[in-house]
Amino acid sequence: MSKVTSMRDAVAALVHDGDVVAIEGFTHLICFAAGHEIIRQRKRELTLARLTPDLIYDQMVAAGTARKLVFSWLGNPGVGGLHAIRRRVEDADPAPLELEEYSHFGMVGRYTAGASNLPFFPLRSYFETDLPKANPLIRPIRSPFGEETVYAVPPLKPDVTVVHAQRADAEGNTQMWGLLGCQKEAAFAAERVIVVVEDLVDESVIRADPNRTVIPGLIVNAVVVEPFGAHPSYVQGAYDRDNHFYRDWDAIAREAGTTQAWLDEWVYGVSGRAEYMAKLGAERVASLKPSGEAPSGSVDYGVYK
Amino acid sequence: MSEPRAIRPAEVSAFSKSEMMIVAAARELAGRRVCFVGVGLPNIAVNLARLTCAPTLELVYESGAFGAKPARLPLSIGDPTIVTGATAVVSMFELFSFYLQGGLVDVGFLGAAQIDRFGNINSTVIGDYEHPKTRLPGSGGACEIAINARQVFVIMRQSKRSFVDRIDFRTSPGNLGGAEASARIRREQGWLGRGPSVVVTDLGIYHFDDSGEMRLDSIHPGATLEQVRDTIGWEPHLAEPLSTTPAPTPEELRLIRERLDPEGSYTK
Repeated sequence: MSKVTSMRDAVAALVHDGDVVAIEGFTHLICFAAGHEIIRQRKRELTLARLTPDLIYDQMVAAGTARKLVFSWLGNPGVGGLHAIRRRVEDADPAPLELEEYSHFGMVGRYTAGASNLPFFPLRSYFETDLPKANPLIRPIRSPFGEETVYAVPPLKPDVTVVHAQRADAEGNTQMWGLLGCQKEAAFAAERVIVVVEDLVDESVIRADPNRTVIPGLIVNAVVVEPFGAHPSYVQGAYDRDNHFYRDWDAIAREAGTTQAWLDEWVYGVSGRAEYMAKLGAERVASLKPSGEAPSGSVDYGVYK
Repeated sequence: MSEPRAIRPAEVSAFSKSEMMIVAAARELAGRRVCFVGVGLPNIAVNLARLTCAPTLELVYESGAFGAKPARLPLSIGDPTIVTGATAVVSMFELFSFYLQGGLVDVGFLGAAQIDRFGNINSTVIGDYEHPKTRLPGSGGACEIAINARQVFVIMRQSKRSFVDRIDFRTSPGNLGGAEASARIRREQGWLGRGPSVVVTDLGIYHFDDSGEMRLDSIHPGATLEQVRDTIGWEPHLAEPLSTTPAPTPEELRLIRERLDPEGSYTK
């Protein structure tokens, strides 16, 4: 059964006010198109989970969609801070923002516990740090098999996880390559999953390379075909990270006024990703093409009858 | 106490303080096998090391790349250039569980906003946690790198605001309250990491003495002890004799300026 739908319909049907939402992807495969649609549909009171909130959550927080962030590294990678989020945290401007903070491994472990139906995930982090004081959900536990103490973090089960990927079939069997982050863990941990892809492919393409399938259609609710849906993040082999935009955002987000003006122009002012792309212009898009090809070798799975 | 040799102005003007810091940090990686690369300054220092004194160094990025061979300097640690041509690309679960917590990382290379004399690091907040004056990025992978990497290297610019008597928040443990307590706690709790071993700044190179405290072992050409004392929140231990860091070679400078950071993002 085909699950292919539009971004507008997927977000309308599957993201509700008050939800815990995870748009994952570690630098790579961050679905800005979904974040922008959530802003356009004026969803409210969301808890936004991501290891690295990145520009997408700075934009979603600036647009007033969120009441809380669950995260482990709050910055503009390689550039600096996330100013809209910082205004909320440092000055409660225009309102306070609740923070629930872990380390990267802690967040990965939380999704892993959520995906595996476990009550906690144990890890050798947090010893002699102030993080357990800042977040009482990080707790020490004694090993049942000896004297050792490790830390535990609770499962994270998003109401909805959005995953961007290179390709999927109509049922949502999804393949990705490059940095995988914790897309798989976040998807399996979620109640509902939206997969957004650059290319919709035939089931036979998926079946020809089953090792590359990261998310099975079994757990996918909607498939959205949205080329360039990760810009200004990137898709390995398809387009580069738009580092210029990451640098530009630093200036845009420094003032509430310029931030809102940007949202008006680039999010509220367009109907969807196609219009955003047209506005971005062919030249900018062309500049983000990889400088060459680096195809993988192919492997032989063999036929066994 | 011997003052470092006088440096002629012509030598000093040939490179910036940031370039000296990056070069000195890179040289510390000579002979190392596996390095976990933190965001920011560690990124350029480790990539310079790979092209100079540590050609067999395996670069590990928390985003999931092992044995990365970046063809350009990645702006972020999740750049596509760290994937193409890497030895392995794994999920973050595998990276943190098997590679880092499993004990395969020799050196964790971190930056920091604040550091104390024992190498404890803050990258979370300036001021009170609940009502911060400045909200910083937070741990990312730093807290687990500090605990699980066999050794920790730190690279950061020195200032009264960054080299402080008391850090506002302990994000990543260093030598805790001193070498003795640190060794005991690490042993009792089964940490794989032995703690911080070097801090490279824009003024000099510090290692850690028997008390677990930072000791200035080498001062960069052009820097003075007065500058060191003016940018540190405690009375620093000084090596006897104090060395002068060898200036960057023309080849090191060429690699930084032409290949790694042509836009000067790290070296301004």
